[in-house]
Amino acid sequence: MSSLNIRNLRKSFGAVEVLKGINIEARTGEFIALVGPSGCGKSTLLAMIAGLESVSEGEIRIGDRLVNSVAPKDRDIAMVFQSYALYPTMTVRENITFGMESRGVPKPQRDEAVKRVAALLQIEPLLKRKPGQLSGGQRQRVAMGRALVRDPKLFLFDEPLSNLDAKLRVDMRTEIKKLHHRVGKTTVYVTHDQVEAMTLASRIAVMHQGQVQQFDEPQVVYDRPANMFVAGFMGSPAMNFIPATLTTDAEGKPAVSFKATGGTAVLTLQDGISPGAAGRDVILGVRPEHIFRYSHELKASKKSIASVDAPVEMVEPTGAETIGLMRFGELEVTGRFDPDEAPRMGETITLGIDMSHACLFDPVTRNLI
Amino acid sequence: MTDATIAAVHDREAAAASRRHFVSRTIIYALLTIFAVIYLAPLLILVFNSFREQPEIAQNGLIAFPRSFQLKAWAEAWSTYCIGGTCEGMRRNFLNSLWMAVPATILSTLLGAMNGYVLSKWRFKGSEVLFTLMLLGVFMPGQIALMPWAFLLGKVGLTNSTYGLILIHVVQGISFTTLFCRNYYVSIPDDLIKAARIDGAGFWRIFRKIILPLSPPILIVTVIWQFTGIWNEYLFGVVFTSGREQPITAALVALTASGTNVRAYDVMSAAVLIGALPPLLVYFLGGKYFVRGLTQGAIK
Amino acid sequence: MSTVPMDAGRNSASGAPGPTWRERLARISPILILAPSLAASFVYIFVFTIWTLYISLSNSSLLPSYGFIGLDNYVSLWSNRRWNIAYSNLFFFSAFYIVGAMGIGLLLAILIDQRVRGEAIWRTIFLYPLAVSFIVTGTVWSWLYNPTDGIQMLVRSLGWTHFNFALASDRSTAIYAIIITGIWQSSGFAMALFLAGLRSVDQDLIKAAQIDGASTFRTYRRVILPIISPIFLAVAVVQIQFAIKTFDLVAALTRGGPGISTTFPAIYVYDLMFQRGQIGEGAAAAMMMLAALAVVLVPYALFVVWRHRRESRP
Repeated sequence: MSSLNIRNLRKSFGAVEVLKGINIEARTGEFIALVGPSGCGKSTLLAMIAGLESVSEGEIRIGDRLVNSVAPKDRDIAMVFQSYALYPTMTVRENITFGMESRGVPKPQRDEAVKRVAALLQIEPLLKRKPGQLSGGQRQRVAMGRALVRDPKLFLFDEPLSNLDAKLRVDMRTEIKKLHHRVGKTTVYVTHDQVEAMTLASRIAVMHQGQVQQFDEPQVVYDRPANMFVAGFMGSPAMNFIPATLTTDAEGKPAVSFKATGGTAVLTLQDGISPGAAGRDVILGVRPEHIFRYSHELKASKKSIASVDAPVEMVEPTGAETIGLMRFGELEVTGRFDPDEAPRMGETITLGIDMSHACLFDPVTRNLI
Repeated sequence: MTDATIAAVHDREAAAASRRHFVSRTIIYALLTIFAVIYLAPLLILVFNSFREQPEIAQNGLIAFPRSFQLKAWAEAWSTYCIGGTCEGMRRNFLNSLWMAVPATILSTLLGAMNGYVLSKWRFKGSEVLFTLMLLGVFMPGQIALMPWAFLLGKVGLTNSTYGLILIHVVQGISFTTLFCRNYYVSIPDDLIKAARIDGAGFWRIFRKIILPLSPPILIVTVIWQFTGIWNEYLFGVVFTSGREQPITAALVALTASGTNVRAYDVMSAAVLIGALPPLLVYFLGGKYFVRGLTQGAIK
Repeated sequence: MSTVPMDAGRNSASGAPGPTWRERLARISPILILAPSLAASFVYIFVFTIWTLYISLSNSSLLPSYGFIGLDNYVSLWSNRRWNIAYSNLFFFSAFYIVGAMGIGLLLAILIDQRVRGEAIWRTIFLYPLAVSFIVTGTVWSWLYNPTDGIQMLVRSLGWTHFNFALASDRSTAIYAIIITGIWQSSGFAMALFLAGLRSVDQDLIKAAQIDGASTFRTYRRVILPIISPIFLAVAVVQIQFAIKTFDLVAALTRGGPGISTTFPAIYVYDLMFQRGQIGEGAAAAMMMLAALAVVLVPYALFVVWRHRRESRP
């Protein structure tokens, strides 16, 4: 059973089309992340699900009900805003009960609901305060409390963590995940932070220029990105794109070749991949963690590792790992190294590339081959 | 250089700096005091003269410390002084102004708040254009409207009546109040409205429960602006009313112009103060918020 | 921007119930609220202006009449010596009044900005004239200018027995009396706006200027004042409006005299319409006031729009 079903949804502001045919379906209890750069249409999509923006074309169903023209209050949804949108003149308690009050829920019932939610979020001591007297994290909790108290069919989150500092953001992320686990409600979560999307979601919809580029489970989106946009957007540091040509290696197996610093490099593709005839131009996509210091022991344990020599231009230690910047002909390529075996600046290093995780893209359509 | 001489140089420099500081502070406070005297003098002179006896004023001039004391001038100015043929003092005109300024202020503020709410939070196609058109009213010189108002008030039978002036001031004030409120409400995050709509609140509920509780700062500005503006207005008052129906500004001009008798500065001072008191009171009570709000809302 | 899906009902697909009357009412209430104000403003701004324009082109005298006589009223107006004095008075007054009020307002704002004690008290003292009517101000100052009772008498009584100060009673100087009084009344307003501007300047910029070794004077001249330059323009526009509409102040202070030396357009309009029964010519004079306002405000509005566009461009 699906609790949210979006079909062929379009939205135009005047002549500008900001959503160009969106199709998303969420199963009950699922956590869907809408991720993409600013201006990709993800917040508009969320506002349309909430009923705050009108639908130009297409359908939105919540549960089994078509809600295109249903007012926000009648959609059985709750929403947490980026700015929290707590009513500044009301106490925390009044903020949480305002929705029930508007709907005419009797007072004993409201008090009961507040008690339940306050306990769940551990905000009992804050109930009498006003939003202005709360810290960022506390406001965040109250905003979630206001959403939770509704017990809706659908939770909507609009970049709820982006106003918090880095440490608090990680804590709250964990807490949202726990909360979702406990409450088990279908959730749509908008973010521009791909880490948030990866950690929280059961499925991710990557959006760009008003279209869903890929809608799949996090690991699939990460490992097999549908196109170069998704590949570049998900993951930090970003995936390396190396223009290359299809060829065959010395043993006659399919391979890619490109100009490296010391001459032409030929990397054998993983067994079973036959991307097309030799001579075709492709883009080789390799994530930084699949580029490392080459050693014969590694090669012995994993056949799919290819090797390339490259001068090291820059190293950036982050503590847990060291990012290295190597030159491949005209390109700069990023690799992630264990600090113990990190290269030094100026050194020419023999890199191992794990071809089993490599992706090939068509340089014209930019789609995964 | 030895440490001692270095220390001595430091001391000299520090002393020079503190002397410079002292001089500049003195200049600042001296200038402020001079200006404060100039700004306060007219008010003080009025207050003094309203309690001085007329013969003493005639002898020592208007600008002097009081050497006599009386309350008579206030009583006379309030209820018995003669303007033209009638000898009823300023009471009647004071009440006219009150019955004009209070309802006109409340009405125009209320309309402005609701207009501002619609124009900032319930925009529709063309609402920005409508707002810009309403804004033009802020710049209209009253003289343009004199003849049309005269005709209209005549048609509906509101010439020489406080109700006519209320009508004029409400219509004229809407532009200001809408501008103030709209500019203030724009700064209230739209997310609050969205959250309230999801919470099930409608147009009126959002206005009552979310917007109005946030409004006191701008309502204070609007009320002060409208009340002082309407109370102090003279042109429409003198054109559309006469005699007993005049607001206090028009009556003051008539009073001070009736120069037949010897200038009774004591009574006139009291009368002028009576005319100045209500807006001054409003200003002293709410002035702090007024300045803050004015600079937030008006100049944008 | 919060757009309201007001057309949400139109594309309601099958299954969804139509809006109830309550929902319909809620949907149109924004427009219902706005309608009376809009109608009133429309009449006040457009109908009244066109009406007065028409009267100015008619042969109305004591009562409005609608015989069209073209620009005769304007010709007669501009050939009138008193009107010409009024119009040149307006320019003379505006120039001195605006420069004076802004100059003193800026000085006061900078003085108060020096972290003085009792800031709120100083501010209240300088701003209170704003709450007082021009009628009250004009009346009091007319007494002060009065040579037998006012400032002249005070100074003479202090020993300078030949001191002369009869600003308002002399044809050639009466306009200065109005200028001084006007500045007294509204420099506090300029101060308040300037002060708000000064306070909005990023404190880091001022610290940076101090580290660069700039004196207080140089910091104001080169760093702070350029940043708040838009406020100068805004203050000037507000003051010009005051100036063009000036009626009460002159009515209470000099009543246009001595003779006709301090006649202003606003005074003259009143005289023509209600004292002399020349409504047509009075309307023409009112239209000229509107023209003077437009000459100031239209370029300003265009400038503001242009600046806004430039800033919002990415």
